[in-house]
Amino acid sequence: MSRALALLLLLASFAAQAHKPSDSYLHLRIDGARVTGQWDIALRDLEQAIGLDTNGDGEITWGELRAHQADIAAYALARLSFAGDAKNCPLRVSGHEVDHHSDGAYEVLRFAADCGSAPVAIEVGYKLFFDFDAQHKGLLNLEYQGRIQSLVFTPEQSKQRFVLGEISAFRQFLSYGRDGVWHIWIGYDHILFLLSLLLPAVLLRQRRHWLPVARFADAFWDVFKIVTSFTVAHSITLSLAALGVISLPSRLVESAIAASVVLAALNNLLPLVGGRRWVVAFAFGLIHGFGFASVLTELGLPRDALVLALVGFNLGVEAGQLTIVAVFLPLAYFLRGTWFYRRVVLFGGSFAIVAVAMVWLLERSLNLKLISP
Amino acid sequence: MRRLLILVFVLICALGTRAAQAAPYTPRSDDEVLERLPFKASAAEGRELRQMRRALAEQPQNLERALALARRYFDLASAEGDPRYVGYAEATIRPWSNAAEPPVEILVMRALLRQYRHEFDAALGDLARAAERDPGNAEIWSWRSAILLVQADYTGAGAACAKLAPLASALLTTACTTIIDGRTGKSAQAYAELSKALARRPDADPDLKLWIETRLAEAALNLGRDELAERHFKTGLALGVTDGYILGAYADFLLDHGRPAEAVPMLKDWERSDILLLRLALAEQAAGLASAPAHIAMLNERFDASAMRGDKLHQQEEARFHLYLQGDAPGALRLAEENYRLQREPRDARILMESALAAKQLLAAQPALDWLRASGYEDPLYAKLAQRLKDGAK
Repeated sequence: MSRALALLLLLASFAAQAHKPSDSYLHLRIDGARVTGQWDIALRDLEQAIGLDTNGDGEITWGELRAHQADIAAYALARLSFAGDAKNCPLRVSGHEVDHHSDGAYEVLRFAADCGSAPVAIEVGYKLFFDFDAQHKGLLNLEYQGRIQSLVFTPEQSKQRFVLGEISAFRQFLSYGRDGVWHIWIGYDHILFLLSLLLPAVLLRQRRHWLPVARFADAFWDVFKIVTSFTVAHSITLSLAALGVISLPSRLVESAIAASVVLAALNNLLPLVGGRRWVVAFAFGLIHGFGFASVLTELGLPRDALVLALVGFNLGVEAGQLTIVAVFLPLAYFLRGTWFYRRVVLFGGSFAIVAVAMVWLLERSLNLKLISP
Repeated sequence: MRRLLILVFVLICALGTRAAQAAPYTPRSDDEVLERLPFKASAAEGRELRQMRRALAEQPQNLERALALARRYFDLASAEGDPRYVGYAEATIRPWSNAAEPPVEILVMRALLRQYRHEFDAALGDLARAAERDPGNAEIWSWRSAILLVQADYTGAGAACAKLAPLASALLTTACTTIIDGRTGKSAQAYAELSKALARRPDADPDLKLWIETRLAEAALNLGRDELAERHFKTGLALGVTDGYILGAYADFLLDHGRPAEAVPMLKDWERSDILLLRLALAEQAAGLASAPAHIAMLNERFDASAMRGDKLHQQEEARFHLYLQGDAPGALRLAEENYRLQREPRDARILMESALAAKQLLAAQPALDWLRASGYEDPLYAKLAQRLKDGAK
């Protein structure tokens, strides 16, 4: 009877269930015949499965984890299978690290598999911890040709099959386009560079004074020239770098980009280059192209659809850029005659941009972290 | 123009807040502690658990051993709020629960585990099957009553208490009925009966006392006697029993009374629990503490992680998170509505009303208003919310 009573008491805490259940995070990257993987497995689950807390003090230290690395690798890899075109691809451990997820520390097991030849279809079998935890799930991210597919393994669904050819060329094109748009939107340095050049477009410099342009067409053509030359320039270097014709060290590229932002904004405060800002846009556009290329490389370029991805990404960058211009130009034109635009936006804005870009320049060139996250 | 300025401002701010992405690393020292286990493996609890696992491994066909271990895991899941143990328990009874006609004890155990995962209808189904074969099993009726209570089926819950009465002690029957009284406008009666029950049993174990103190506090709150409620919360907490429920309830009390700073020290070691982490973040934000953003980010990660696995266990908390920590009233309302279809406890109704008010979609709160009217639930705070909804609708 007291048993039932105790149970009834527990009911009260019904809604008070707390933590995250057990998950592991498996990331697989398929690159031709080669598969690389990263598998994050919770230490708490490994403790339950093979026991990590050697000295029994309720704490798992790096030393204890390190001592069990061979056991962990053997235990985990015996519960993961990877087959390309129905042929088993043997798994090999390539490293051990540690990471923290929202619910605690995880072993990071890095491994590689060799399938001999590039498979058309692959099958992943997962049965880690299913024997003792019916609620465990394996969350898989499969990366192929720069795209990521997510899938969940459960005790009921412990095998998943993928046909790699299923990612269509058009979808690939679209998704690189999206990445391009996204990159320009979150790439503050590119936006600030462009804005610095565009800010004076609705004004005219005469006898050391800024005057509003008379006609919208004047502002429009100025912006058109700047944006076009920036685009042409960065398309050239983006293509050359992505195709591997030229390669520059990323620290140099990133520092030069920061410097270009400083100079472009400085030019609004102490004008040197007046009407020919499109030349500046072209010259520095070449540098920014290398910056875009490094993003594209990080995304991973499909070997069989290189040009497609390149064009898609580049068009995405242009589309993103045009959206910014479309928001900027009417607003700036509308406000061009005000004191506010000349003093606060042009002068104050450029000043702020110089300050920010100087910090970038120092950080990137000296490899520092000045603005700590 | 202002948009441009705002853009520049946002860009500059964004620079400072580019959060460091977590990345795998190699710890520098062997002594670096990576993880603290929920209880010390050397403690009696861990030792006993290992013994039970070993005993079952020796005789994997032994139903009694499997049930004892599953029960132990379930108790741990409830006490620690850790769903891993539910997964362990499920795996332990799997050889039997997959059968076409599982033994009664397995059905009951499976019902417990299913209700934990909020599969209430499946759990009630298991209990009904078990009751057909073993109607004299008090545990079945007490669980049935509890699940129906969550679904706000007070008639059904009362009927289950009636089935329980001849099978159980007077105290258990009182517990079963007073909790329903507390939800149906009879809090004064519930308070009186529980006080009497507590007075009769000075020898009761701390678990039972804690349960009664919590119910007394809730009944007092319903009656608008906040000081009395706080006395019961404090007496309950002083018993020193690990219980997430009373911590959460008292934290809510402090938040409702504009005393967030007092909730922070009480909750600071409970980051592990989503439920209490939410209260901690709410309290820190209300008290203007610098630790709030980190805890908000942590909650965000937790909800993302559970979305990745497809879980919907904490929609009530997620709704509160969206409403009070993210300022996202429409998102909160969507979650609160979905949650209310599954769970209909007072707090589920409250968040539904609050997010409907914030999102200015007053009609969305109708199910909660219907429940409030039909049940006669007394808490004055709820009456005020309902009044604001009614005034707004005019």
